[in-house]
Amino acid sequence: MFGFSRPQLIAFLAMLALIIVCPFVVYPVFLMRVLCMALFACAFNLMIGYVGLLSFGHAAFFGMGGYVTAWTMKVWHLDASIAILLGGVTGGVLGLCLGYLAIRRSGIYFAMITLALAQMVYFFCLEAPFTGGEDGIQQVPRGHLFGFIDLSNDMTMYALVACVFLGGFLLIHRIIHSPFGQVLKGIRENEPRTTSLGYRTDDYKLIAFMLSTSLTGIAGGTKALVFGIATLTDVNSSTSGEIVLTTLLGGLGTVFGPVMGSVVMVSMENYLAQFGAWVTVTQGVIFMFCVLAFRRGIIGEIGNFLKLKL
Amino acid sequence: MIMIFGIPGPLLFGQLLLGLINGAFYAMLSLGLAVIFGMLNIINFAHGALFMMGAFAAWMLLNYFDIGYFPALILAPLLVGAFGIFLEKTIISRLYKLDHLYGLLLTFGLSLVIEGLFRNGYGSSGMPYRIPSLLQGATDLGFMFMPNYRGWVVLAAFVVCTATWLIIEKTSLGATLRAATENAPLVQAFGVNVPRLITLTYGGGIALAAFAGVLAAPIYSVNPNMGSNFINTVFAVVVIGGMGSILGSIVTGFGLGVVEGLTKVFYPQASATVVFVVMVIVLLTRPRGLFGKAA
Amino acid sequence: MNLSRRAITLGGIATAAGTIAPFRAGRAQAKPKLKIGCLTDMSGPYKDLAGPGAAAAVHQALAEFGVAGKGFDVEVVVADHLNKPDVGTTVAREWFDRDGVDIIVEVANSGVALAVANVAKEKNKVYLNTGAATSDLTAAACNANTIHWVYDTYMLAQSTGGAMVKAGGDSWFFITADYAFGKALQRDTTEFVTGANGKVVGSVAYPFPGTTDFSSYLIQAQASGAKVLGMANAGTDTINTIKQAKEFGIKMQLAGLLLFLTDVHSLGLDVAQGIVLTDSFYWDMNDRARAFSDRFSAKVKGVRPTMVQAGVYSSTLHYLKAATAMGIEQAKKDGAATIARLKAMPTDDDCFGAGSIRADGRKIHPSYLWEVKKPSESKGPWDYYKPVATTPADKAFRPLDKGGCPLVKA
Repeated sequence: MFGFSRPQLIAFLAMLALIIVCPFVVYPVFLMRVLCMALFACAFNLMIGYVGLLSFGHAAFFGMGGYVTAWTMKVWHLDASIAILLGGVTGGVLGLCLGYLAIRRSGIYFAMITLALAQMVYFFCLEAPFTGGEDGIQQVPRGHLFGFIDLSNDMTMYALVACVFLGGFLLIHRIIHSPFGQVLKGIRENEPRTTSLGYRTDDYKLIAFMLSTSLTGIAGGTKALVFGIATLTDVNSSTSGEIVLTTLLGGLGTVFGPVMGSVVMVSMENYLAQFGAWVTVTQGVIFMFCVLAFRRGIIGEIGNFLKLKL
Repeated sequence: MIMIFGIPGPLLFGQLLLGLINGAFYAMLSLGLAVIFGMLNIINFAHGALFMMGAFAAWMLLNYFDIGYFPALILAPLLVGAFGIFLEKTIISRLYKLDHLYGLLLTFGLSLVIEGLFRNGYGSSGMPYRIPSLLQGATDLGFMFMPNYRGWVVLAAFVVCTATWLIIEKTSLGATLRAATENAPLVQAFGVNVPRLITLTYGGGIALAAFAGVLAAPIYSVNPNMGSNFINTVFAVVVIGGMGSILGSIVTGFGLGVVEGLTKVFYPQASATVVFVVMVIVLLTRPRGLFGKAA
Repeated sequence: MNLSRRAITLGGIATAAGTIAPFRAGRAQAKPKLKIGCLTDMSGPYKDLAGPGAAAAVHQALAEFGVAGKGFDVEVVVADHLNKPDVGTTVAREWFDRDGVDIIVEVANSGVALAVANVAKEKNKVYLNTGAATSDLTAAACNANTIHWVYDTYMLAQSTGGAMVKAGGDSWFFITADYAFGKALQRDTTEFVTGANGKVVGSVAYPFPGTTDFSSYLIQAQASGAKVLGMANAGTDTINTIKQAKEFGIKMQLAGLLLFLTDVHSLGLDVAQGIVLTDSFYWDMNDRARAFSDRFSAKVKGVRPTMVQAGVYSSTLHYLKAATAMGIEQAKKDGAATIARLKAMPTDDDCFGAGSIRADGRKIHPSYLWEVKKPSESKGPWDYYKPVATTPADKAFRPLDKGGCPLVKA
């Protein structure tokens, strides 16, 4: 199913079971945050893990998706499903525009150009009147799903977030294992050879980038809906850095790595919040430790230990 | 009064000069980054944190040991440079065989740790550092009031940048260095201790950052965030100038300072963003940067 | 081999899930317990003016109120909002939903403050803000669960702006942090300046955060010919503006629209002397304030309290009095009722003296205009301010009917 290998299927079922059981034992809003970040990380991983392009500006799509969802919910009172989809469309369209400029370069230059473009998006968000500047868009109603499911209850909202996450997760998995995904991996391994096989690699990269940014926009929109707020934090370059750390910690290019990474990152942020500046110190130490001794990430190392591809 | 683009002439000249002063800091920081990138192939994200450590070193020397500004201008870079060498030996040297990406991530983590520790120890509103009495006061240039200390910063930065450029381009040590950048195994075969050369380069780049930090201490208050405020712009400078290009980063540093200064007159809100606009334009038209060599 | 390893891994996940489970169950208590959450900036630009000192102020209030022997327990939790509204709401939600927190105090940073006010209303809890500046908290964004304790942009603008125009500073130039707080401060001050027949000749908005060099804006200010330089910013930005104004020989009168004691401490009197600023509390302003400050400083390595920290002490103390009066169980159950009780009781403490709380949630007390002393006038550490003028309590804040707060019935 969806191109899962047997161990991956087992891991997927375990994850599914945890998604179903956890809200009854753990605070659901916390879990929703984890799932939104996990979808964001999975979408980011599509670029870095499977196309081999490190984007340092993914926060732009995450934040803009959030703003559009929040704004359409608050001002137009749209249905939640449409608002989230619009968040995704925003991510996709913005991805098309910025990606068109960025994918002409690769490696460190791709990272730098995405960073620069994201800084411009940040500036736009800071200045544009509809984003509310520093205060952000606050008091966003969760509204209704399909017109009749009230989302103000945390458990109902959780069910929606879980569905969005699983949909995104399976879609990414499907993309990776499609012929299209094979071409992407070909580009990652050897771009000139892929070109010589007759593939228009730039088109492939652009489409992959758009898919990634669309899903990022959806993740951002969902997060804005959960917390009822869309702010500059989500467009800021530090969010871009954080998602790189999340994915690296979980395991670049693994299917479950980004999910594991966000579980660890979000829990850490949560439980360390009371220790003030020690949060940044701890994050920094983990960052360094990962790079020095743990480059495969948590899931990558487990997979390596079990000799499985997770 | 002469008007240029609807702005009084003296005001415009003042802004150009101020841009040049900021550019001096960009130039010194991006110079260190460029040297390190050229030699170690590492994008040193911790550069801002080490710049901040330079300012703190000067502050500590003054407050704990009663050592003044001018000795600190020599001592602080030496101390922080030594710390850089320690970092290179213990941590960074493990990454040379890997993708650029990992070096960037490691040093990013490093900067989080350093800044967090200083924030815990010294708070975040910053500590004052007095301008040395020799450089206090200001000179009336006719179109603006020029603080002597700022003039000194431009002068010092210009001398240090030129000296670094001369060392790398005109001395035999520099020649060895450049050769090792091109082909390390070959240079090693000639009997040069390349790992030591790399360590010293890193230490040198860090010392440059610390030197800039000491220069900055009297201008901005000495605070743990002073580096991260600069670092994004400095990265843009390095990329625009061409990664690893010494001359490129010096010229671009001063140049972007001026561009930023002009933006502050016409559209101040965008002054933090304008460097990124320049960066995108440059990368799209000249992918290797203004002074970068072709791939 | 593979299979057994996999089994171990799955087992590990199951155990991990098992250990989380008892989280919710064991929460039965014999004695009623109030839980106070101090949400503040523990690592960013407002760390020194609020931060750990604010947490210390909560404990100070508890110690002086004497919780022991009153038949209930109090627990204090502290968290860092990192100056991000989304982090602030997340923490507030968790505290209310999961950790049983009854009241949130402090919250410096206007954006975060407004966001937390919404959560407090949604969950019907108590929210006593001391650190935020925005006067919107008691205007359009006011609600029945929020009290704004220490100061707001209206108070600052009226005191500093009004007084300076009267003293002859009738033309202004603003250097403004380009975000909601800076713009609000500029807007409110402009109103008072023009109201007093002064004029604003220009302004410049700079990118926030991340600006460290203000020289360019200072030169523009100088070129405008205005007499007063209004600094509509806070924290390190204001510090840098002042330092650089001194360095470039700017001859204008500097008006610190929001300047805290810790900022002056960081600047040093040498640079800061002569600046005019507004605070509603200064540690040396009277005997009671001095007594409180001495008790407080003994706990925090000799640092003197800022008005925000004093406000945390004052608000926590008042809350404890009200909660005891109405019964702990009742206070825990209904936040809006507790706030109503707080508003009904007159306030009195060492920091702000006697005062009251208005229907829109505005705590009322006088505001004071101060001038920073010359180094020669200062008699010792932290002796920084001399009084210039006082705005009486009934005039210090925006009139009740002008804010547009829905709680105020016409």
